[in-house]
Amino acid sequence: MAVQTVATPSRPAPWRDPKIRAIAVQVVFVAVLAAFVAFLVHNTIVNLRRQNIATGFGFLDREAAFGIGESLIPYSPADTYARAFLVGLVNTLYVSALGIVLATLLGTVMGLARLSSNWLVAKLAAIYVETFRNIPLALQLLFWWALLRGSAPPPREAWELLPGVFISNRGITFPVPFAEAAYFWMAIAFAAGLVVAFAVRRWAKRRQERTGQQFPTGWAGLGLALGLPAIVFLGYGLPLRLDVPALRGFNFAGGTAMSPEFGALLIGLVVYTGTFIAEIVRAGILAVSWGQSEAAMALGLRSGQRMRLVVLPQALRVIIPPMTSEYLSLTKNSSLAVIIGYPDLVSIANTTLNQTGQAVEGIAMIMAVYLAISLLISLFMNLYNRAVALVER
Amino acid sequence: MAAGLAAALGSAVPASAGPTLDKVKQAGAISCGVPTGIPGFAQPDNQGKYTGFDVDICRAISAAVFGDPDKVKYVPLTAQQRFTALQSGEVDILSNNTTWTLLRDTTLGLNFGPVVFYDGQGFMVPKKLNVKTAKELNGATICVQPGTTTELNLADYFRGNKMEFKPVVIEKIDEVYAAFFSGRCDVMTGDGSALAAQRIGRAPNPEDYVVLTDRISKEPLAPVVRHGDEEWHDVVDWVVYAMMEAEEKGITQKNVDEMAKSDSPDIKRMLGATPGMGKALNLDEKWAYNAVKLVGNYGEIFDKHLGLGSPLKLERGYNNLWSKGGLIYAMPIR
Repeated sequence: MAVQTVATPSRPAPWRDPKIRAIAVQVVFVAVLAAFVAFLVHNTIVNLRRQNIATGFGFLDREAAFGIGESLIPYSPADTYARAFLVGLVNTLYVSALGIVLATLLGTVMGLARLSSNWLVAKLAAIYVETFRNIPLALQLLFWWALLRGSAPPPREAWELLPGVFISNRGITFPVPFAEAAYFWMAIAFAAGLVVAFAVRRWAKRRQERTGQQFPTGWAGLGLALGLPAIVFLGYGLPLRLDVPALRGFNFAGGTAMSPEFGALLIGLVVYTGTFIAEIVRAGILAVSWGQSEAAMALGLRSGQRMRLVVLPQALRVIIPPMTSEYLSLTKNSSLAVIIGYPDLVSIANTTLNQTGQAVEGIAMIMAVYLAISLLISLFMNLYNRAVALVER
Repeated sequence: MAAGLAAALGSAVPASAGPTLDKVKQAGAISCGVPTGIPGFAQPDNQGKYTGFDVDICRAISAAVFGDPDKVKYVPLTAQQRFTALQSGEVDILSNNTTWTLLRDTTLGLNFGPVVFYDGQGFMVPKKLNVKTAKELNGATICVQPGTTTELNLADYFRGNKMEFKPVVIEKIDEVYAAFFSGRCDVMTGDGSALAAQRIGRAPNPEDYVVLTDRISKEPLAPVVRHGDEEWHDVVDWVVYAMMEAEEKGITQKNVDEMAKSDSPDIKRMLGATPGMGKALNLDEKWAYNAVKLVGNYGEIFDKHLGLGSPLKLERGYNNLWSKGGLIYAMPIR
């Protein structure tokens, strides 16, 4: 009997094995990429050393020695570069957070207005969107800034809008209350009110599902959130002393001020981003089919209820993902502040890297901060998106 | 930001093949970083051609290297952009009203040429504020350009005198002066010469503004080159010295041809009648002759752009020759 050799599918040579080849190609790719990055880093370090340029982050502990016009945290030129950097970061976060809230409000109102059956309202909203969406933001910022600083009088001739509220080319100056112990407890009471209101809402919803009885959660919530702090305020005997601004020397002393730079940046960002949000809101609402509204009408829901209970929850699913990118671009666009002199992160980092010569480190820090802020915004929006997403049963 | 990135990326390119002088000769042009607009120092005219004192420094170097003062590519740079632009190789020289300081000379990787203008930081205020000295500026809002020694001196001065101020910091010269002249700030601070220049050049009505006589700092302004290229540094140094020496020796744009025939050994060496100096600098022997003939001596360019022959009418002051009570002193060309 002849020995029959069974033709077992022999393993191909390693260089012919598609699996091994696939892995090899990827390994080579990663190696080349790593070598390229290593080359860039090495070359940068060598060149910096050759040109005698300092490297490292040691400069952050040195005295910054430059002044910053507006800061939410205490700062003086005797503080360190790290502190100056923090001032810039806080300023960026402040204008971005305020900008996101206001742009959302403006955008939603304008988006709804464009869908209005009132011809004039719809057309005005359309003109707003088409005008401000199509002009570069940098130009708009310069426009608002020139308007704010150019149209108002100098401080000595400031307009007194209300007692203690002054408008001048230094900005809007208004009184603020002096800090009191009561305010801390009022804030606590406000937070507690919100928590209780939230619990009430859950309870009311369950009860409605069970019995069909409704509960005015909105009014109850408002009462809790505002009522509790008010009770604390009364309990402390209405402590309110105002720090009223007054003209002293060159400028207003006391109170607090919103500078033309901050105002121009905020208005510019809100008005510009608001146009995109308006379009997103409009698209989201139009994406909900008309049948849904008809069904709601058939159930006897009023127009407000129809919007709130039927249309918006479905529209939000379309609205939120693109909204995330608008929030991200608003935050990143806030770096245009350098043009008009608002001391944001980029402006302060630029001054720092100019003085220390450490451009690589400075730019790396700016990039890391914007990356971190953007990732955080994305994270929160993704969580929110999950919360409103369609629950499949 | 863009300049910063350029620095980050630019410095990753392999170290330039040769020193700057070779690169410049090969490219056939000098890349010169000038201010974006200071009347008298560097400002584009209505045809976009840069003129001014800073510009003539680069033109003189171009004349010395190429025998032609116009082989210069002007790169307008803000105070914040300028150092990264030089470090990254985007420009070969800064002639940008740059103050010579220790940290810039060391940690920034720069080298400074001879001081071409001795300045001091001052303040400009509207006349109607009725301010007489800088000590009365407590609480003022002050417009300042970032990335300048001015910004630092300002903070030091107010700190030292226990006074408060609010800076408004704007990068673009145009914007910062527009802000000041529109009343956004009480005070504009900068180099005394620049303030005087901007008062004439930009104020809606120069008579409404006054530059206070106080000077709160020393601002020696000098051309800047990269650290580590001594050959190019030498060229910049000696072209500037040649222009100063020419004024001292009475060599002007008009009489340089006659002077070249002079019997004075000094002048013959300098203007290339006796060879040697050009070779030492790796330049043509007519380097100094060309610089003076095509651009002028130090005093001539000062008068033309800043001095009595210009709208600015600045006094020579410290910027007069040492022999006339100033600080301008050229090293011996021999």
